[in-house]
Amino acid sequence: MSLRRAYGAGPLHLLSTLAALALAAYAFSRVLAGAQAANVVLWFAGAVVVHDLIAFPLYTALNRLALGRSIRAVNHVRVPALLSGFAFIVFFPLIVGLGRYERATTLSQDVYLARWLLLTGALFAASGVLYALRARRG
Amino acid sequence: MAPSLIGDRHVTVRLLSQTPPPPPFRRESWRSPLRGPWLASVLGAALLAGIPIVLVTGLLSYAAYEPALGRNNLIGDPGFLDFYVFSWPTNPSWLYALTQGLHVTVGIALVPIVLVKLWSAMPRLFEWPPLRSPAHALERISLALLVGSTLFQFATGILNAQLYYPWKFSFLAAHFYGGWVFIAAFVLHAVLKLPAMRRSLRERPLLDELRRGLDETVPESGDSALIPAAPSAPTISRRGVLALTGGASLGLLALTAGQSVGGPLREIALLAPHGRDLGSGPNDFQVNKTAASLGITPAQTGAAWRLRVDGGQRPLELSRADLLALTQHAYELPIACVEGWSTTQSWSGVRLRDLAALAGVEAFDELYVESLQRGGSFRRASLSTRQAGDRRSLLALRVNGADLSPDHGFPARIVVPALPGVHCTKWVALLEFRGTRA
Repeated sequence: MSLRRAYGAGPLHLLSTLAALALAAYAFSRVLAGAQAANVVLWFAGAVVVHDLIAFPLYTALNRLALGRSIRAVNHVRVPALLSGFAFIVFFPLIVGLGRYERATTLSQDVYLARWLLLTGALFAASGVLYALRARRG
Repeated sequence: MAPSLIGDRHVTVRLLSQTPPPPPFRRESWRSPLRGPWLASVLGAALLAGIPIVLVTGLLSYAAYEPALGRNNLIGDPGFLDFYVFSWPTNPSWLYALTQGLHVTVGIALVPIVLVKLWSAMPRLFEWPPLRSPAHALERISLALLVGSTLFQFATGILNAQLYYPWKFSFLAAHFYGGWVFIAAFVLHAVLKLPAMRRSLRERPLLDELRRGLDETVPESGDSALIPAAPSAPTISRRGVLALTGGASLGLLALTAGQSVGGPLREIALLAPHGRDLGSGPNDFQVNKTAASLGITPAQTGAAWRLRVDGGQRPLELSRADLLALTQHAYELPIACVEGWSTTQSWSGVRLRDLAALAGVEAFDELYVESLQRGGSFRRASLSTRQAGDRRSLLALRVNGADLSPDHGFPARIVVPALPGVHCTKWVALLEFRGTRA
């Protein structure tokens, strides 16, 4: 039986995949040799579970909910919501006041929530103005 | 005779493909008409341009820490994974500000592209049958590593840059080894998918697709599992998705870049941890850790403070007045943090190599620096001969014409061109020249 039949792809696929898996396994072995290895593995696997099985179904459901409304208006809601959402995903520790920022820098963390809310408000307002202009033009 | 199911892969695969799978595994449950190899390829091409910048600058950052010196290595035994480490240069002085600014800023700007790319490829997670061949099984393992390491690296890096550490492990070690898992999985994915990506982009040129509005947005054709079997009507065009993703990416770039680039751009880095305007005084620039947060007291840094200089033929104990009486030099140098922000100021103080000469050190392998601070991984750092020997490398006493403030390291701090910020030790108590030869 040929390799392609038995394996399902050509020899280069097999060699490059094994090389990459070996390097990844070696890096993992360094983690396992260090402290708090179980916590690293938990975060590694947890990140996949949170994204694939929680965040993805959640935003898909939200999107279907939005699509139940007028198709004409939907992108005027989705676009500012997504832009604001990306800013939140990246900067949520500062926005909601987590972490050691205040203790380390002695600066108040409150400004970030205010700034994010203002940014979100501005995005939705701009989207609303555009929608109104489009609606008037018919 | 009934066929044995166990041990006969072909029978198992055939049976699995005949059994109707639960909903997410059914191709009909994936409705978006935009998903397909073309969209995945465009997003993949963008990541293929951006991710290598983040990977290379990440590896460079490890080298910049000079892990072979003293106790600089904080990640345990990296085995052969540090094979590329080289003596980190001091020229140009903004080298680390550039590499690390790129690492963090480009990393943050790639977040929307990464997440939309994951969205575009999500049907692959729910392929049916789940395993078609040994090749498919290995590829799925490598994809699990790719997705896991991508999410792990982005999450740990981004949270660390905001001083939020909700985990028990050492960030430095986990982000370093996670980086190598990511490199392995990313390079493999790029190699395996490059031909399909090029084919897809050639068949459907980007510029043509950018001319198509919502009315002309139809599902891709072909036999890819990404193309929906039962697509719903489009609610946004492909160019709309690309504009939204690119716009979000540029928006995050604008909200972050200023903390690294500085100047007027710092004012629009509205959500970045070090994008704030702290005033116009000589000491009004970014602080990572204040004196109070590390338990540095005025009693320790007052008149009783002495700098010990060891390792030479003449060990020294110098007061701040002694140091100010030595020849002072001033240089414009950046403090560049591993968290991706930097700030360039005019520092003045005594050259480290002048202190070496004064202490009777002619040649050395390493300058070990220790702070007054009791805790923290970076209360000590070792500098290479090249770093400590550069003419611009200072034990800084003043900044912008004023005494250092307590938060900037009064009575004295290290400032070395292109050195990672955490190695620019503040509240210095000891300089020890090691490996000296008189």
